[in-house]
Amino acid sequence: MAHDTAHAMPVETSTGLDTRKVAIWTFIGSECLFFATLISNYLVYKGKSLVGPLPHSESQCMLHGQMTTCEPIFEIPLVTFGTAVLLFSSFFVVMALNGAQRGNRKQLITWLTATVLGGMFFVGMQVYEFSHFYHKGLGFTTNLFGSTFYTLTGFHGTHVTVGVIWLATMLVLAIRGKVPPAKALNLELAALYWHFVDVVWIVIFPVVYLMR
Amino acid sequence: MEPHPSAAREHAHPTPTLYLRVALVLFTLTALEVGGYEIARRPGAPLHEVVQQLIVPILLILSAAKFALVAMFYMHLKQDSRIYSGLFVFPLIIAGVLIAALIALFAYLRMVYG
Repeated sequence: MAHDTAHAMPVETSTGLDTRKVAIWTFIGSECLFFATLISNYLVYKGKSLVGPLPHSESQCMLHGQMTTCEPIFEIPLVTFGTAVLLFSSFFVVMALNGAQRGNRKQLITWLTATVLGGMFFVGMQVYEFSHFYHKGLGFTTNLFGSTFYTLTGFHGTHVTVGVIWLATMLVLAIRGKVPPAKALNLELAALYWHFVDVVWIVIFPVVYLMR
Repeated sequence: MEPHPSAAREHAHPTPTLYLRVALVLFTLTALEVGGYEIARRPGAPLHEVVQQLIVPILLILSAAKFALVAMFYMHLKQDSRIYSGLFVFPLIIAGVLIAALIALFAYLRMVYG
């Protein structure tokens, strides 16, 4: 208990800001550059694939050892639904944070559960999408589209998975009553990471799926 | 002891009503993105020609608006210390320049070497 109290104590810093929050923002800044390189990689090779499957148009592709005509590979309705769920999960986590800051444990647990479920749905959607694409003939080395697409969305999916694990840990702590208002910053740090994952998808969704 | 000016700006976070309004705006902007995509890919759809010509800037503007809404209201950059905004926006500008520079470089190489 004494250990918990010590963690909740505000620490004096030269900026007046909590160093953990400065650290997460610095990390998020570095992640901007990481995803910028992956998005650039996707864009500079866009439309340069020599064989299919392709995202928006029919193409000749190798499937089960035979050259055949492949349908456009993207399923926009499914990804749109996943995008909406991810966007709403950002709303859910700010509601959970609001509950944590006001000491409303029921609000905190309810909205945090919704956030974790939303994140799990998104990861599930991506796993389904990847396996579906693979069965339609798009492997990691099939063409430039496959390589750049799997790299970009795969790294984003990994970030979402890390976020789900982080938020699920916070949920367990909240259920055990270990996220009092004095320690709401712990949830705020996880929420900032989650929002960053969301804003990256806000860029990826139109750039990869909607721009032909 | 007086609180540091940066610290004084913290913890004035928005209300749940504002959070909900932002969520609804985000949902609407996403619907507009997908609607624009569908109109652009279907010949014969109303405004097809115009939307097809403008779909890339439309998507970029809608995406930027969604990005700004999440950063300002959900990530609390509008209420929190400007130091956090600096830590986010400065790398974001570099990221934008990086993307533009790489696209320009590859376009130039393609033009020169085919």
